[in-house]
Order: sequence, then structure tokens, then C-alpha cells
Amino acid sequence: MLLSGVRTGAIAHLRVSDTKEMECPMALSLRESMHMVSDPRNLDASVKEVFLMMLGADCRREPLPAETEPESVTAVVGFGGLLSGACVFRTGGSAAMKIAARMTGMEFTEIDDTVKDGIGEICNMLAGAWKGEVPDLAAHCGLSVPAVITGRDYRIHVQAPEFQLHHTYRFEDSSFEVTIVCDGIQ
Amino acid sequence: MNEVRALIVDDSSVMRKIVERALRQALPDLLVVYEAGSGIEGLEVLRARQVNLILSDINMPAMDGLEFLRQIRAQNLALGVPVLMITTESSEEHVKQAILAGAQGYIRKPFTAEQVKERVLPLVDAG
Repeated sequence: MLLSGVRTGAIAHLRVSDTKEMECPMALSLRESMHMVSDPRNLDASVKEVFLMMLGADCRREPLPAETEPESVTAVVGFGGLLSGACVFRTGGSAAMKIAARMTGMEFTEIDDTVKDGIGEICNMLAGAWKGEVPDLAAHCGLSVPAVITGRDYRIHVQAPEFQLHHTYRFEDSSFEVTIVCDGIQ
Repeated sequence: MNEVRALIVDDSSVMRKIVERALRQALPDLLVVYEAGSGIEGLEVLRARQVNLILSDINMPAMDGLEFLRQIRAQNLALGVPVLMITTESSEEHVKQAILAGAQGYIRKPFTAEQVKERVLPLVDAG
């Protein structure tokens, strides 16, 4: 197994920017908005928006798990503040290169730093768009810088999350998975 | 419209490329684009180069976009140069912080080239 982070240190400490700004007023609680926060339609809308605006591509949700490729690329963006957890974007190597190509107008034959950077940014925008769907979440939940993992035969395991959304989408002839893991909510 | 010399500050090289492409579509008079991967690098560029437009991400390691803005003002760099923040953070609170730090506008990621044009043109024309 090979793990390589694009941005040094990001994976070890998912630093949430502006931690002081994430200090929450005593009365504010997301628990009352739990049905909105965990609404799966928010994730679908965020994925559609990001792919349409940044890649000019439509994508649709699929009931099946994404096809597996020998090598895959996973980006993780952490949430902190009223909600703690992560947004995880995972796709196969060839799909990652195709996504990066659509973003940059360049062609890729290997999963280089630019491909990893592009996938990290897609995950970053998905995380931002998803939390932006719920106003209290947008205001009181910060994002870490993305960490990107590439490799073969690895699994990401989260212990007993508060809730989890795990969706598969198809983009042209490729598929990818987006997971929202919430391990704490105030 | 004056010749535009822009500085793009973002820790993602892909985002810098996308923003540059959108700028080139919006501004036929775009003369040169300087790139910086962090607020610290952005300050170095501003000490060495004249620019008349700055676009900066907020969420960056080392020095984030808001601190970069504060340092521009504190060090009297790029006086009167408009700054647009480009970021995934879009709550009212984040917008307020950016404006307080000295930004003239805000573009939320994801964005289209047309949205960049809409935000940039008034700033460049005013300059």
C-alpha cells in the first residue's frame, strides 16, 4: 500500500481554519436541524453543482458502488466547529485523471501532483457546497485543507459515526463515491 | 480599461490555473498573471511587482487569505488595489470578515468564468 499526501501534514492534523471563529454561541445547536444536515438531497445537489460549474459536466447518482480500479485516489476534507467529521471523495485513477483534465484543460497519463491537487479541490468544493446548504452549518463549521491519498487496496474506516451519507455518482463513463461522515454534532 | 496585472493567491495550482483561464476570458487586456501558493508568497510578489488586481483564496496553510489581506494593509502594499476573495466559505460571517479585512468582493467556489467576469470587470473599470 502506498499513501502519499499532496499537502504535507494535512492528513496528520486536519487543521480547521479560523478555529476561533468556530466558537459557537451557547444557544446554537445543530441537533434541531439534524433532518436538514443529514438530508441526502443536499449532497446530490452539491455534487451536481460542483461538477456542472467546474467541469461543465452532468453527473447522476447511481445505486451501485463505484467500479473498482487497481489504483484509486481519495481526498479528505475535515469539518470542525458545530459539526465534526469529514467529506471523502474517492475515485479510480483513470477517472481522477479525466476529472483533472476537465478542470485544467491538460492531459494526464499518470496520477501526478496536479491530478491529486485537482481531486483535493473537488473535495474541498463539495465540502463547502454541502455545508452551505444549511445556513447554521455554513456559518459555524470550518473546513480543513484537503489531504489526498493514492494507493491500492486501502480502506477508510470510521468508528460509529453520528450519521453517514455514502453516495455513488456517474460522470460520463466513470464513477466516483462521495461520503459525508459526521462523528460529532453540537 | 487599463492593462491588467493580476496576482492570484491559492495553495492549489489547479485553482490558480482555473482562475487565470477565467480572467483571460474576462479581460482581453490582461497583461500578466503572477501566482502565489500562500499568503506569504503573495506578500513577496507584492513587494517585488506592481499589480492592479488581486484574487485570493481564504483557506490556505501557512498564512490564510484573511491574514494575507491584513498584512497587505499593515505593510502598505498594493495601495488602492482591489482584492477579490475566492473561496468555498460563503456564510455571511465569512463575507463580513473578508470585507472588514479589506476585500472589495467575493466569489464562491464553485464558480463559472462568467461569474468571475461579473465580479472582476467593475473593479478593473473603476481602476
